[in-house]
Amino acid sequence: MSRIISVTINGRSYQDLVPDNMLLIDYLRERRHLTGAKQGCDGGECGACTVLVNGAPRLSCITLASSCDGVNIETIEGQARGGHLSPLQRAFHELLGAQCGYCTPGMIMAAEALLRRNPDPDDDQIRQALAGNICRCTGYGAIIRAVHAAALMMREDLAGAEVGR
Amino acid sequence: MKDGAKRHAVGQPAPLIDGIEKVTGRARYTADLDHGDALVGAILRSPVSHGRILRVDTSRAEALDGVMAVVTGDDCAVPYGVIPIAQNEYPLARDRLRYRGEPVAAVAAVDAKTARRALDLIVLEIEELPAVHTSDEARAPDAPRLHDNKPGNIEREVHHVFGNPADGFAQADLVREASFSCAEVNHAMMEPHAALAEYDPERDRLTFHSVTQVPFYVHLTLARCLEMDASRIRVIKPFVGGGFGARTETLNFEIITALLARKAGARVMMRLSREESFLTHRGRPQTDVHLKIGMTGKGRITAVEAEVTMAGGAYAGYGLVTILYAGALLHGIYDIANVRYDGWRVYTNTPPCGAMRGHGTVDVRHAFECLLDRMSRKLGLDPFEVRRANLLNAPLFTANGLMVNSYGLDECLDRVEKASNWHERKGRLGPGRGLGMACSHYVSGAAKPVHWTGEPHAVVSMKLDFDGGITVFTGASDIGQGSSTIVALATAEILSIGIERIRVVANDSAVTPKDNGSYSSRVTFMVGNAAIEAARAMREKLVAAAANKLEADPEDILCEAETFSVRGSAQSMLGFEEVALAALAAEGTINVKGTFSTPPEAQGGKHRGGAVGATMGFSYGAQVVEVEVDRDTGQVMVKKVWAALDCGYAINPLAVRGQIEGSVWMGMGQALSEETAYREGLQSHAGLLDYKVPTIVESPDIEVFIVESIDPNGPFGAKEAGEGALSGFPPALANAIADATGVDADFLPFTPDRLLEAMRKAEKARKREAAQ
Repeated sequence: MSRIISVTINGRSYQDLVPDNMLLIDYLRERRHLTGAKQGCDGGECGACTVLVNGAPRLSCITLASSCDGVNIETIEGQARGGHLSPLQRAFHELLGAQCGYCTPGMIMAAEALLRRNPDPDDDQIRQALAGNICRCTGYGAIIRAVHAAALMMREDLAGAEVGR
Repeated sequence: MKDGAKRHAVGQPAPLIDGIEKVTGRARYTADLDHGDALVGAILRSPVSHGRILRVDTSRAEALDGVMAVVTGDDCAVPYGVIPIAQNEYPLARDRLRYRGEPVAAVAAVDAKTARRALDLIVLEIEELPAVHTSDEARAPDAPRLHDNKPGNIEREVHHVFGNPADGFAQADLVREASFSCAEVNHAMMEPHAALAEYDPERDRLTFHSVTQVPFYVHLTLARCLEMDASRIRVIKPFVGGGFGARTETLNFEIITALLARKAGARVMMRLSREESFLTHRGRPQTDVHLKIGMTGKGRITAVEAEVTMAGGAYAGYGLVTILYAGALLHGIYDIANVRYDGWRVYTNTPPCGAMRGHGTVDVRHAFECLLDRMSRKLGLDPFEVRRANLLNAPLFTANGLMVNSYGLDECLDRVEKASNWHERKGRLGPGRGLGMACSHYVSGAAKPVHWTGEPHAVVSMKLDFDGGITVFTGASDIGQGSSTIVALATAEILSIGIERIRVVANDSAVTPKDNGSYSSRVTFMVGNAAIEAARAMREKLVAAAANKLEADPEDILCEAETFSVRGSAQSMLGFEEVALAALAAEGTINVKGTFSTPPEAQGGKHRGGAVGATMGFSYGAQVVEVEVDRDTGQVMVKKVWAALDCGYAINPLAVRGQIEGSVWMGMGQALSEETAYREGLQSHAGLLDYKVPTIVESPDIEVFIVESIDPNGPFGAKEAGEGALSGFPPALANAIADATGVDADFLPFTPDRLLEAMRKAEKARKREAAQ
């Protein structure tokens, strides 16, 4: 069986006929050609496929696309604005939070969800929020530094915007 | 120890030149490549550890609608293997099955569902044979033989003696022996294996994309196994999600994908599951080390004897190199004149082992540094002082002929000793807490590659064209370590230009020069040097053009920040583009190249196997680990790590720090929780929940100290930075656990169950002793 879903992905609306058993990651990668979300395991173990569904981190490899009717999906591809990096993307890039880069899209999306609900997390809160995202290259130190740096950038941007107003 | 040279590009933290692709999701890994119309490949694997194939009937699979090709062992009769003298593996098993999960047949179908159904329709008749799963079983007198030409299941024995160990032990005040057993581990790089093959039967051409670290080996192996002219093959490496050695040999699924594409006359995408990626393996073998060290009362090592046995899995792979490395790198870190090494690489009915970060050295270094610590305690010496009593005095050649030109171990020791506040804190952290230290080293590239052709180790070519851009072509595989960035930085430095002017084109055999690939930490040293040579050739052309325009002698031309001027003259100054156009006017598009070769004296001793371990330069590391052990649960918590590494010179300190943190942390995974496990040959670790890679929660702060000994032959003095720190972690942790609990553990990893058992045993022994 298939059904039609209406979804918003990175601010663009789509209506698509999807089989009932199609996973969200396959829908994103194969139908929408958004290959940022990665398959790193055989289901729900590594976090590389993390996307935001209505603002909350979700493992797209164990989510059915058909369950996403009416939701707002954000992926790594939607993070840059006008081609310019988001604070997390910039911090991961400049501080080497990404080495091979395979876990990076999921890691950044999980961190994005954290910073939206907690703009100034401490090390432990970062560790808790990213506990389901495995990285094999960095040892996580640079990832923690990048999340702190991005949080600072976002707070400063916010402060700047408030001053401007 | 910096050399004081003024530099604008190298020596400063530089984000990776391909980093933006990674953080935006634009980076295309193999599975992300456009493959809309490709067939889907799938592999049928052996259900038994050891068996004889009686029949493989693929007729029903072939008859299934949507199946475009089926291949079996009959489709490739050419054995392969990374070592030219040890090729005993077929991409698809022929006659014999030697491990559970070994590929037997494969299909290419219109979609994944059809491919899976087709596998179900293949009839496989097997006569099961008795199997051996451990090196003890494999070496038993009546053990079944895996390979008919390998009696006793011994793939390779090594017996090396340097100096006179008997004399050495006679001079010792203390001689100690110990045995260590280290579990098999896997790379568990984040990207599962994948390959995309496209075959054009009209032109007999194959285009092949894969996750490889060494496209050159893949190219050679495809030509060999498909019996194709190598000129008809094009190998491209897209972004690769880590490797750590897993992808330094050509892997069975790569050849299978190419066989399917040729048979179907089409494009085939093969994506292995995480379980299959574990099965493809090539990890660090289960290793038993029996070690004996002789030491004077002042901590000077007088002799060493090591017996090492590795359970290598079912095929040769890198095996003989691994067992040779294990012995060779007993040397090169401390001044030891008398060394005996006996190594056995054993065949077992488990997935083949291979190269993994710190290839061959990690488990032996673990044993060595643990035993040094125990002997230090026995002699009442500080572990730092024992290391200092045995430092090398570079430059020199070791007893087994390894060349050592630069040596920063003394400074590494100083840095971590001071930073960890060792003398004030050691033994004073309270119950259940402890400090431990250890040293380590690793090669900066094999001075003689396993596939010896006589060619230079590395070639980099460079183009300057009408747009004023510099394009650098390299076959070096960036797998996340930042090798393309190193090439760009070296080029920018020599040409005195901004890195923005440079594009690096890498890893397309139709375009880029051959490179030996990313293994043995060779790229920065060898490809870095080749890039410098190419950039110097380019600079010479630009300087000549500038001299011509400025009517000056080339030797007087000053080249700085994309400008050219005459030394000592404040007058005319030419911009880079102006000079580039002048140079191009003379000869059109400029192509230059640089190469790197190793001199014979770097290529190791003359004894059999003497080339393994030989390198242009060793990195050196020292670490201190602080630990807390829960005595009730056996849970080990690493609180903090201080890690110093002598990488010669940090061309990109950002990447060096990343490599040191990453390799220390990977050593931590092996020491704390990682372990492949088999039940009757069936892997029971096949996912990332069961194979316990540390998460961010249990990963400690790692404080990094970069030591720069400036190697005389390294690019800007650089040596390797990506592997040397790994093998220091497990013994530093073991020594910290001994400090915390009084227990000397003789196993890896320190899982709670094992450590609890060891603490109970030690407690019993203490009570027994007290009662006597």
